[in-house]
Amino acid sequence: MVLPTPLKHVETADELTKIISEKENVMVCCGRMGPMCIPVYGIMEELQDEYEHVEFRDMAFDSPEAHIIRNLPECSSFMGLPFTVYYKNGKVAAATSSIQNREQITSILDKEFGK
Amino acid sequence: MYKNRRQLIHKTTMEAIHYDSIIIGAGPAGLTAGIYLSRAKAKTLILDSGIAGGQMILTHEIANYPGIESISGYELSNNMRVQARKFGCDMLSGISIAQIDFESEVKSLKLSNGKSFTADSIILATGGRSRMIGAPGETNFKGRGISYCATCDGDFFQDKEIAVIGGGNTALEEAVALTKYASKVTLIHQFDHFQGFKHAEEEARANEKIHIQLNSRVVSFNGNDKLKSITVENLLTHELTDIELDGVFIFIGYEANTDFLQGRCIRLNERQEIVTDDKLQTNVQGVFAAGDALAKRFRQITTAVSDGTIAALNALEHINQRKQKAAEAKAS
Repeated sequence: MVLPTPLKHVETADELTKIISEKENVMVCCGRMGPMCIPVYGIMEELQDEYEHVEFRDMAFDSPEAHIIRNLPECSSFMGLPFTVYYKNGKVAAATSSIQNREQITSILDKEFGK
Repeated sequence: MYKNRRQLIHKTTMEAIHYDSIIIGAGPAGLTAGIYLSRAKAKTLILDSGIAGGQMILTHEIANYPGIESISGYELSNNMRVQARKFGCDMLSGISIAQIDFESEVKSLKLSNGKSFTADSIILATGGRSRMIGAPGETNFKGRGISYCATCDGDFFQDKEIAVIGGGNTALEEAVALTKYASKVTLIHQFDHFQGFKHAEEEARANEKIHIQLNSRVVSFNGNDKLKSITVENLLTHELTDIELDGVFIFIGYEANTDFLQGRCIRLNERQEIVTDDKLQTNVQGVFAAGDALAKRFRQITTAVSDGTIAALNALEHINQRKQKAAEAKAS
């Protein structure tokens, strides 16, 4: 199950585990093709050139494999799509719920991963 | 025209680029203006602080766009963007405007990244954004109990008690839609009557799960890591009541994205919407406006498309008059 976005996708929990263990900076947006999620995918797509040191991925929220995001302690209070998680050296550095604008996303990227 | 964004950025670091028209905003009004202008061979740039589509991209399903039975807001946005690009329209998204000079004959603007542009005409199509209540806790609990999209987040509230804030069509319709999930929906509105269509109100009133609380406003959102309750003021008695619940959906309309125009030469009304004449020209010659940022009653994708067309055709006339004047001056 993959989302029809131009981003690279994470399809399985194992795949996500592998990426966050191999890459220093990873941002994963876990959502659906809904109005709160699509703008976040669009912003991520645009930031890819600017933040070459960050791996940008999406993941389908309704995939059973997305338990790896849905069940994170950092997401336990989340009640709005998408769940967006920022991993630094394999650990959750930040997580947000619901739509975020470009400034909100870049401020987390800059803070956690550097410019 | 510039083949890609990188080339345009590289060029703009060197000098200000001149366009026949610069459109600020890439929602349906801005994209339509871009399609018309670039198809008429006017050198056109669309700037947007976010991504192309505006409020349209937040619409799950559009079922009243003539000629298209059903389409997602994302798909319609993308179609318009591709169409504008195909005609040669340049686009820059994710920008912020640092400086403007619209009063001179040649309009100029500078972005916060230092890049500068000039133009013979400007079209302000900056659109609107969901209005927030502004009560304490609203920002903290976004995505942790507060939502602005029923279709996105409704299923998080299965068998839970929620509130819907607002009294227009969206609030009434979404309150009904949310009863598919929630055990109880309290519909809170500040006035003593609803502003939505009669049939929408009747449907909400007939639904057993919906409890209506008029003459009321939320004064605070309360909780720790997630929303636990809201404090509501009765506007007639000023009595404060805490309502324990799991979620709140807010649908209280839109406000114009005109912050960067406040205190400048462009005339705004008391709601900070742009005032124009019947050509959709503002009080400044050569500066036009279109879409949801306009002072007007109806805000639909179709009305934005109409505004974008009218503004573009009048901007085109303005551009051609300027070119003709310049040619005559050169000849004499």
